Amino acid sequence: MTATISYDDVEEGAEIGPRDFAIRRVDLVKYCGASGDFNVIHWNQRVAQSVGLPDVIAHGMFTMAQAARLVTDWCGDPGAVVEYRVRFSRPVVVPDNDDGATLTVKGRIESKLDSRRVSVFVEASTADGSVLTGARALVQLA
Amino acid sequence: MPINTDFVGRTLAPSPPYEVSREKIREFAEAIGDDNPAYSSREAAQALGHDDVVAPPTFAIVMAMQLHHDLVRNPELGLDYSRVVHGEQQFVHHRAIRAGDVLVGTPHVDDIKSRAGNDMLTWSADIATESGEPVCRLTSTLVARGTAADAS
Repeated sequence: MTATISYDDVEEGAEIGPRDFAIRRVDLVKYCGASGDFNVIHWNQRVAQSVGLPDVIAHGMFTMAQAARLVTDWCGDPGAVVEYRVRFSRPVVVPDNDDGATLTVKGRIESKLDSRRVSVFVEASTADGSVLTGARALVQLA
Repeated sequence: MPINTDFVGRTLAPSPPYEVSREKIREFAEAIGDDNPAYSSREAAQALGHDDVVAPPTFAIVMAMQLHHDLVRNPELGLDYSRVVHGEQQFVHHRAIRAGDVLVGTPHVDDIKSRAGNDMLTWSADIATESGEPVCRLTSTLVARGTAADAS
């Protein structure tokens, strides 16, 4: 694997993004099919609200995948992401309209590590606030 | 019914082999709206040093649904799946998953606890090729909202 970013060219504290990702109901339906996660709270407003959610919510894994795009597009090789973790701190509520929700993702080079690896701290938020905490990707740079 | 903490430490049966196809990677990448050519073009992936198209960093979750299916629906566990949301997720990649891989995973129950009225189940799986090459480790925490015995 070959990241297109060199470890030598990266400085701690450097920022990546921000970048916006639209999340609409149709995206959740597609993700249900592709991932095999058909949990009803991701496509049925009636059921979502009956279990105390404000509305249909995005799969956490869909949000995690969007946040990963910031990192994979930056480093040039998806295979360079050697570790990736998140905590889901707030659901991404996706209303039934044409715009859906907007996820804003940004990253920061948190630390340069051994073996030409860097830790990227990732933040993701919607209009309701931050939706991920402790989100980090460990990336193998060239 | 409270969640059954007796499951902590249990190792479950390995998943049936999962064959990673180019079309499944393409479908998954399209579903997350990611047009990275390494997910659809063998040439683009090879230019990055991979043998074939690679999967996005979160692709292994496709296997997770199968891996945890029998666990989360086991009536003896007592997890109310209708109230489950995803709490935490981690992937450790030994190498990128790529088309042609035939993968098996063995799920393990790491932890079960109740906190602030929620039941929390953490499980993990080491995913390897059929021949035993380690590929990925995934760790997942599921949260059943408001189902703990101390929930008001």
